[in-house]
Amino acid sequence: MPKPAEYIRGDQYLFNNKVLANDEVAEEKFLLRFEKQFNLKAGHVVAVAVDQSHDPRIYSVCSGEQDPYLQILFDLKEDGLLTPQLAKLKPGDSFYVSKPYGSFMPDAATPMWWIATGTGIAPFYAMMRSGFKAERLLHGSRYGSHFFFEREFKQAFKENYLRCQSGDDGIGDYFGRVTSYLENQEQLPTHNKYYLCGRALMVVEVRDLLISRGIPYGNIVSEIFF
Amino acid sequence: MSDIEHRATNIEQPVSSIQHTARDSYRGNKLPLFGKTLDELTALVLELGLPKFTAKQITDWLYKKEITSIEEMTNLSKKARELLSEKYELGLVAPIKVQESSDGTRKYLFPTAHNKYIETAMIPERERKTVCVSSQVGCKMGCLFCMTGKQGFNGQLTAGEIVNQIRMIEEYGSVTNIVYMGMGEPFDNLDEVLKSTEILTAEWGYAMSPRRITVSSIGIVPALKRFLTESDCNLAISVHTPFDLERQQLMPVQMAYPLQKVVDEIRSFDFDKQRKLSFEYIVFGGLNDTSEHVKEMVRLLKGIRSHINLIRFHPIPGTPLQPTNEERLQEFKDELNNKGILTTIRASRGQDIYAACGLLSTKGLQET
Repeated sequence: MPKPAEYIRGDQYLFNNKVLANDEVAEEKFLLRFEKQFNLKAGHVVAVAVDQSHDPRIYSVCSGEQDPYLQILFDLKEDGLLTPQLAKLKPGDSFYVSKPYGSFMPDAATPMWWIATGTGIAPFYAMMRSGFKAERLLHGSRYGSHFFFEREFKQAFKENYLRCQSGDDGIGDYFGRVTSYLENQEQLPTHNKYYLCGRALMVVEVRDLLISRGIPYGNIVSEIFF
Repeated sequence: MSDIEHRATNIEQPVSSIQHTARDSYRGNKLPLFGKTLDELTALVLELGLPKFTAKQITDWLYKKEITSIEEMTNLSKKARELLSEKYELGLVAPIKVQESSDGTRKYLFPTAHNKYIETAMIPERERKTVCVSSQVGCKMGCLFCMTGKQGFNGQLTAGEIVNQIRMIEEYGSVTNIVYMGMGEPFDNLDEVLKSTEILTAEWGYAMSPRRITVSSIGIVPALKRFLTESDCNLAISVHTPFDLERQQLMPVQMAYPLQKVVDEIRSFDFDKQRKLSFEYIVFGGLNDTSEHVKEMVRLLKGIRSHINLIRFHPIPGTPLQPTNEERLQEFKDELNNKGILTTIRASRGQDIYAACGLLSTKGLQET
């Protein structure tokens, strides 16, 4: 009996999808492109699974609202259950994806700062591709090769796109972590909205720093990998 | 000196008879037997060419007796003990520090693998002794009101490291209740948490009633579904506000797993098997203590037989949040009770040693 086109796993309705491309864009970082079956909003996430026996994981969509495909950007975790399988997918392979959903949505009416580390840049790429603008985009990474989509961001945001590099191969615009960059700013706009995406420690450190600089916590929108 | 520090009494003392350093206490050269389930031990003994019944003998030694080495498993053959000792050790880890609050609450510091540390609280109350165990080193969830989240995520605990927090405290033997409300999000480490509850409740393990064990989560829905299917332990869900945007600001998990989805999932399960369900609600002054919140909580929980635990907020450094005042806290409780939702206020315990809800942290230690 053929597998159904959709099934429920955990709380998610998952739909059979097809891989369009799967590229290792940096060491152990993959950009997986697949069919667009539903419309999305920038900032949405999707639940992804490779089979029906494991619970899906959630990834930020990394493509624009008008793009004819969906993408996710993921880290290969050698000891993980899902990402080693995802990394092996080839064009034409099947896997499972939920409808896009979520609430990490840009507020176009308010000036925004976008702050990301590593693959946490994904939702901001979706926002940029969907026509949203950031007053400032900070992307933190140890390695120069992890500034994904830098050419497009540079073109879109010019000097307001800042690569904060904490490693030493020296291609960043600022040498140090995003938290250091923020600490060194004399003033941070208090009426802006700050969108944070990345690992828990970065998000809580940046959030604490922003709060200590007078930004109301209601103006801070956080998305954490877990 | 802060008020909290000032009120603490006798806050730091070595555990009696424990002189180990972290390195001594966490040996880690061999694999631990402690924390293995009967199924795992069965596979292990068969692999070593030992009779299957040896596994049950080992669980008796691990979980029903108080031995300190494999050599003491005297009903195993000498050959069996030698085979086991080649690759395995008992794997018990002593706490390296204990602090005692003026209210009798104790906070234990345990080393874990890779030179990391966790905290465990023991809360005495009349005839009860409740142990609040950690399930992770640090936490990924980043809740705005929680000290643990400020250290980020430093690693998962094994089932053995979770159960060890009960086995190796001075109160072992008189513990009546266990709550998974220490450091970390239990549903983000569900495999090990379920193994640990199996060890605590199985006949071959500690044979505790699952009604004396409560696992608390912020509501990771796929794990919630699995927990409700695979465990009979009580469940506590951290709500803190019924409103979506407000909860997003307090708890980033709301982005991925909205509270409504969590409640819908709970609603689809049968809670008639005496399993207790509670909702945890830290009350912040001027934020989530209004009558609108009462009204929305009533709507959210309609038809669910449950209990709300109101928790006083214990301010952490740099927080923009405030505790509510006692008068409003009582009114809030009364409003919920008057609407038919059983609501109580949880006593704050161990605040002077940073053992109270939301205050556990080993950040400084991870950095050294």
